[in-house]
Amino acid sequence: MNYWMVLLTTVGIWVLLALSLNIITGETGQPNIGHAAFFGIGAYAAAVAGTRYGVSFWGALVIAMLASAAIGGLLGLVSIRLRNDFLAITTIGLNFVVVAVFQTVPYFGGAMGIGGIKPPQLGGLSFGPLEFAIVSWVLVGLVVLLSYHLQRAWFGYALRAIRDDEAAVEAMGINVRRYKVLAFIIGAALAGLAGCVYAHFMTFISSTDFSFNVSVTILSMVVLGGRGSVLGVLLGGVLLGIAPEVFRFISNFRLLVFGGILVLVMRFSPSGLLGQGSWLRERFARLRGADLHGG
Amino acid sequence: MFLQQLVNGITIGSLYSLVALGLTMVYGIMRVLDIANAGAYVLGAYLGVWGYTHTHSLPVALLAGVIGAALVGYLFQRLIYTPVNRPDDPIVPLIASIGLFIVMEDLFRLIAGPWTLTFPARLPFQRLALGGVIVTGSQLTILATAAVLFLLLWLVLNKTKIGLGWQATAQDTETSMAMGINTRAVLAFAFGMGYAFSAIAGILVAVHHNAVFPTMGDIPSYKMLAIVVLGGLGNPLGAILASMLIGLLEAFVGGYVGSSIPTDALAFMALIVILLVRPQGLFTSGGAAK
Repeated sequence: MNYWMVLLTTVGIWVLLALSLNIITGETGQPNIGHAAFFGIGAYAAAVAGTRYGVSFWGALVIAMLASAAIGGLLGLVSIRLRNDFLAITTIGLNFVVVAVFQTVPYFGGAMGIGGIKPPQLGGLSFGPLEFAIVSWVLVGLVVLLSYHLQRAWFGYALRAIRDDEAAVEAMGINVRRYKVLAFIIGAALAGLAGCVYAHFMTFISSTDFSFNVSVTILSMVVLGGRGSVLGVLLGGVLLGIAPEVFRFISNFRLLVFGGILVLVMRFSPSGLLGQGSWLRERFARLRGADLHGG
Repeated sequence: MFLQQLVNGITIGSLYSLVALGLTMVYGIMRVLDIANAGAYVLGAYLGVWGYTHTHSLPVALLAGVIGAALVGYLFQRLIYTPVNRPDDPIVPLIASIGLFIVMEDLFRLIAGPWTLTFPARLPFQRLALGGVIVTGSQLTILATAAVLFLLLWLVLNKTKIGLGWQATAQDTETSMAMGINTRAVLAFAFGMGYAFSAIAGILVAVHHNAVFPTMGDIPSYKMLAIVVLGGLGNPLGAILASMLIGLLEAFVGGYVGSSIPTDALAFMALIVILLVRPQGLFTSGGAAK
């Protein structure tokens, strides 16, 4: 029972991260290969607020989101000045710098990390695995709703139009910069939210939890599922989230399988499982005789 | 102290530049950030150890690394990069290259084992003491090899048909094709040469530290990205200058400030600061943004 609840929570956190990255990378096509930085900033903000200043889980949620959103906004402001491939490298750089800061600054616990983060309380009830599983999946549900809302609202149209042809969007009089920065702020804030849940769930965090490999894993989920497709990214997060458990019997080859998936998806189906123009989506469209593009 | 760190910095910078040159040559014509190039660095080191233990000859070790890596580079280009490359979606080849790098690293671990191999090569140079400055045999080997390779690359790029073809393709692929330049051959050349340079750097590092291990490419893989961007992507001379800059920065910070600042993050800190001021990189004449 507990095993399943822990697994459920873990996968839920991964899905949250994948969905949050999708808003930045999937919707506006801004490559962010350092998303774990925002995850880490949220987790550390929550951990510091909780252990040093006695802030509750619910207060920490807000603080974590604000901290990540602030850095995300900064990166967003930088991003509008950079070409896409420079931005990709800058995000990688941010990840390395953030990890280095957590690892060396004593305020953040240094190499020892931060421990003793108290589990959340709600009406006298202290959270266990079951409650964490519920909270993480309720949050997933909310983020899915938000993602769909963003897609349907013209914000989403603007974001996807930016991905497809930035110059044309600009010419139509839409303020591209504002949407790019907004996408970064929202995506980063949601990653910070995931970080807060993670910190309280683990009760102990250290800088290596937010390393570049984590960023690659999150990106893989988005890419495997299909950039820009909420359902696809959800699926990608679940598949790769449970992959370490499923592949346990071949745990020696896990990374090999992981890297292989990345290469094969990019080589044969760059829009992922359910992205625009992917094989599965085309199939569905044909079956229903309807056009599913843009969903 | 100052001169010693200068020598150390230039040595590190020379190693960085060998890897960065490969990346920047590939980027110059294909606009692909090839993280898997660092896999060639590790591959070179392993092939070098393998060649050396069988023949006890450093040139043979280098040759084994160069041939193996160039072949892998060519195959990656033909089988992966050319098919996935689309100018409007640079994230696709980038992710593919991350995948390739992960696969390579894991294959090294599975085939050669997770442990560290030693590379006790006999070097052509002796330790040199100039006043208070000590230049080790491996440092001299690195400096001499890098100097030879820089010269070689300059000659190839400026005096041979394929090198001039590379320069033309880097400026404008379509026009080059229309002018009859064999861009397929140029692509193969850039990947082969880029991976071979990386392999040589890997062998030199392995000899320098007397160690070969599966994850030795981790730090170079991402640090090189920072360096090639600083150097203005696709600009070989800029890549060398940026490598030296980062090498010296790391040596001096490491030597004077100590380990309180993580030196491996320095390249990225420098990158972020410089991109804020000059979004097109340090050594580009501007106009590269698109």
